[in-house]
Amino acid sequence: MNLTDAQIERYSRQLILPNIGGKGQERLLKARVLVVGAGGLGSPALLYLASAGIGKIGIVDSDKVELNNLQRQIAHSTNTVGMPKVDSAKKTLNAINPEIEIITYNLRITSANITDIIKDYDIVVDGSDNFPTRFLVNDACVLAKKPLSHGGIFRFDGQAITILPGESACYRCLFPEPPPPGLVPSCQEAGILGVVAGIIGTIQANEVLKYILGTGDLLTGRLLIFNALDSSFRQVKVPKDPNCPVCGKNPSVTKL
Amino acid sequence: MSIKVRIPTPLQKHTNNQAEVSVDASDVKGLIEALEKDFPGIKDRICEKDGKVRRFINIYVNEEDIRFLQRDATSLKDGDEISIIPAIAGGQDIAGGAS
Ligand SMILES: [Zn+2]
Repeated sequence: MNLTDAQIERYSRQLILPNIGGKGQERLLKARVLVVGAGGLGSPALLYLASAGIGKIGIVDSDKVELNNLQRQIAHSTNTVGMPKVDSAKKTLNAINPEIEIITYNLRITSANITDIIKDYDIVVDGSDNFPTRFLVNDACVLAKKPLSHGGIFRFDGQAITILPGESACYRCLFPEPPPPGLVPSCQEAGILGVVAGIIGTIQANEVLKYILGTGDLLTGRLLIFNALDSSFRQVKVPKDPNCPVCGKNPSVTKL
Repeated sequence: MSIKVRIPTPLQKHTNNQAEVSVDASDVKGLIEALEKDFPGIKDRICEKDGKVRRFINIYVNEEDIRFLQRDATSLKDGDEISIIPAIAGGQDIAGGAS
């Protein structure tokens, strides 16, 4: 693959980075990334991935843009309220970078369709909004051996971890089971500061770029914890759990 | 021994919105009891009825998850920092939507 003059100009500020260069840019342009959820986490992740020149980006979301999304879901705008989020995001990404391919999945991701959707991608970004989907995405990625960047947000708090199935701890190694419904308030009930989503979603994009470029250290085996009120970033260790229900020695989750 | 405990946002309504509290305890079990004494109701949020830490909440002594140490028998020493970290998802409770 030879970069065109326009590509050399577009990507010049990252092409000069020693960890990227022409070879790295070609890797990015050949990469295929799936983003589950075009919301608070997915929006910043999508903007940076498209800007960096990820060649094929899949977006899964079943919702339409609402006015109350715009405080944090920065891939959408006032004039796309009412439009499916995948189409609104595609419009924004195409305007930034018309050279990349955007595949939209205007549907709910379920145990019946997830394996078929993720198989065409190199890495998955989880920007979903609820525990059942998060555990489904984790289990599907572990079973299909797809790398996964996980991010979670709540009020002023954010968490992120990267999962390389078979090599590093998965989300169930960290939290074996979702909380029962109703015990943990949702963003709708609890509120969320838009920038928290921006910071965690951007960290997820960074993880994807490092994975594709094969540079730096991924957030594997450790959970990054961000708090917006004291501007703290901390990390705790996340070992692989031999009793993990999906990636442990005797898994109880063997299909979706 | 005074142990510093970081309280996650969802539990701060039990600690009068304090993000960090100090309690006297020599192991994790004692720490949870000491928290309950100072902030009644918090134990129910952290533990199941049988007293085991809930499966969507982890307790860390410094950077280490107590599930990979001695669970609630994990001993504590002066200067240890405890973090209680719940799973967080975010967004609306609509499968397939986004945060
Ligand atoms: Zn696991």
